[in-house]
Amino acid sequence: MSKEKISICEDLADVMPPEYHTLVENATYGNGERGWKDIGSSKELIEQHSLCAGCPEALAFRYVMASIPNPEDTVFVGSTGCTSLVFPHVAIQNIHSLFGNQNAVASGLVRTLRRRFPDKKKDVIVLAGDGATVDIGLDCTMQSFFRQENITTICFDNELYANTGGQESGLMQKGFVAKMAPVGKTFEKVRLPEIAREAGCHYVACLTVSKPNRVEKAIKNAVLVAREVGPTYIQLYTPCILEIGKQSMEGLDEMKDAESIGGRFVMKEYISDEAKKLLDSVEAERKAKKKAAKAAKK
Amino acid sequence: MNKTVDGNRRIIASQHVKIGQKNRKDQTYTDPNKFFFETEGKAQFLTGSEVIKEAIRLASVGTSVAYPITPQSEAAALIGELFAEGYLDEYFRGESEFAVMGQCAGAAFGGHRVFTTTAGPGTLRAIENFPMWAGARLPIQVCVTCRGINSPLSIQPDTLEMHYLLETGMMVWHAETAQDLFDYILKGFIVAEQPDVHLPIAVCCDGFFVTHTKDTVVLPPTDICLPPYDPYKSPVPAMDMECPPVRMMRDPFVMKSNYISYATHASWQQEVRGAMERSRKHAIALLDGLVDIENGDQEVLFVTSGTAVSQSREAIRLLEKDGIKVGLVKIKTVRPFPTEEIREATKHAKHIFVPEFNMAGWMGREIKAILPDNERVVTAPHVAGGMTMPSEVIVEQVKTTLGIAFEPLAQRG
Repeated sequence: MSKEKISICEDLADVMPPEYHTLVENATYGNGERGWKDIGSSKELIEQHSLCAGCPEALAFRYVMASIPNPEDTVFVGSTGCTSLVFPHVAIQNIHSLFGNQNAVASGLVRTLRRRFPDKKKDVIVLAGDGATVDIGLDCTMQSFFRQENITTICFDNELYANTGGQESGLMQKGFVAKMAPVGKTFEKVRLPEIAREAGCHYVACLTVSKPNRVEKAIKNAVLVAREVGPTYIQLYTPCILEIGKQSMEGLDEMKDAESIGGRFVMKEYISDEAKKLLDSVEAERKAKKKAAKAAKK
Repeated sequence: MNKTVDGNRRIIASQHVKIGQKNRKDQTYTDPNKFFFETEGKAQFLTGSEVIKEAIRLASVGTSVAYPITPQSEAAALIGELFAEGYLDEYFRGESEFAVMGQCAGAAFGGHRVFTTTAGPGTLRAIENFPMWAGARLPIQVCVTCRGINSPLSIQPDTLEMHYLLETGMMVWHAETAQDLFDYILKGFIVAEQPDVHLPIAVCCDGFFVTHTKDTVVLPPTDICLPPYDPYKSPVPAMDMECPPVRMMRDPFVMKSNYISYATHASWQQEVRGAMERSRKHAIALLDGLVDIENGDQEVLFVTSGTAVSQSREAIRLLEKDGIKVGLVKIKTVRPFPTEEIREATKHAKHIFVPEFNMAGWMGREIKAILPDNERVVTAPHVAGGMTMPSEVIVEQVKTTLGIAFEPLAQRG
């Protein structure tokens, strides 16, 4: 979609809502350098959110939306859960179909878009919670990795089923007492980043959303690699402050604790050789462009 | 919405820009009116599975996703051969029917015409997706080659799985023969994709009886094909980021236990049902009515669908030998259900028999539910998966009900 397509015809300009006007005038569609630093100064692709006050998932959503490299040609596939409550506010097409089939839907979608638009770069990104990604949808998630689908899969890991009221999930840590785990979870947190690597993902990152620059880098890497090489997986710790007994202002501290040495979310990243080659060339190109721009200024 | 159609145009065909042009297989995209009503066909002797392949060869399908389950595996694999020959854009094996139907949804969201096949337990594995397809207004076609779904394991013909499809919001058509199957698959795409319909469709046939037996089928030449699907005629946006994204709502409906949530949900479901109703006029034009009636003036009628119709035809022949005249109402579309047509056709009947290839007798209940004086309806005979339904058994049921003495089949030794 070119930016012209969202422009408003003059006759209808006065009836369009103000947020649409600012989207047309001040969104970062088409800006290759867009990133988290645009938050607050440009029109964001997420318009409010309907999550709990202080929810780190809301933060993650804003960083993800600010970081995707090609929003004007990106389609999201979501799943049931807290994330599905935010998607209606997002200025990017997104599909919610069922709980757990998100990577299957994305597989059909990305293949079709590649056939229908061979000359364009259409990115398909799955964004779902840990229940959808790892429990009910694990089959579809992993099979899309095996098949080497050109999809970025982002898992918002809050270590439980938040939207249904805090039940045990496969990504919950061992011993945690929750609904449906009345004596504490009896087995370890599923190691999906490692599984994703073994299943054929070319870029895997596991981190919290406490540092927006890290999130931006990971999202950009994942989307570029998925576009050119093959499946990528990002797991973002977005704690459910409500269900782990924290206050609204404590989400950031929780994430910082979890990523400190010895924590469950010390940042880890895996890049396949093929993906590394691609990312190196993209970086070199970006630097050359910057240098040329600087030289032109002089 | 319902434009007047001139006498020569039986359906509101897609005015696709590609009509008259050739595809990469040198097939000419042909107006459906011309395709279905003005093209001379040639008789061939094929199995039902081969017929599915031949239909898809002409259907300009974008994506097909396959998964093995008897008795549809052969058809699904044959479509793979078409992909290898270049007739489809995309084809792959999914990991389960649940996933396959999700993959089909993704392809349809992205703007492709989508076809898949399933059967029996696969249909039930897939079923969560079907109301989602209808709600998302995806005109996907699934060919259901019906078989047993219960334990102990059975792969034999049984139409019980169709009962599970009735309230999914999908159109459900039931083919009696391989010729029906061929016609319904191609016509099904056209009806499903009409802008005022835009719903998924299940084209059902009885496994093995139709899929694995050879039959004479008249096929059009292979140098024509249906016009391609136009995703921009959909009543909902294609998910390809080619039209401006809109903020869909102030708050997600699911969060609102209030009138807005209820009203939205209710009106959406009503719209899906309204679309189903609007499909009638297209289906009537293309299928030449939702039912076929033979000797409808008789006091005794068989009213049924699928291969139970074929068995009833033979029973009619046997009964005629004994001087008992019986008429036939063949139901072609189960959703939308031909309520008015059946009421009209059975107006003068004293005895209405509904033979079925399943133990539950759901078609009998459907018919009983819409008819006045429904004590006339005999919901029998039924057979369970794995059995054939001999025409003699239908004959015995008629004679028993009419109080005519006969020597039961079982006593003949």
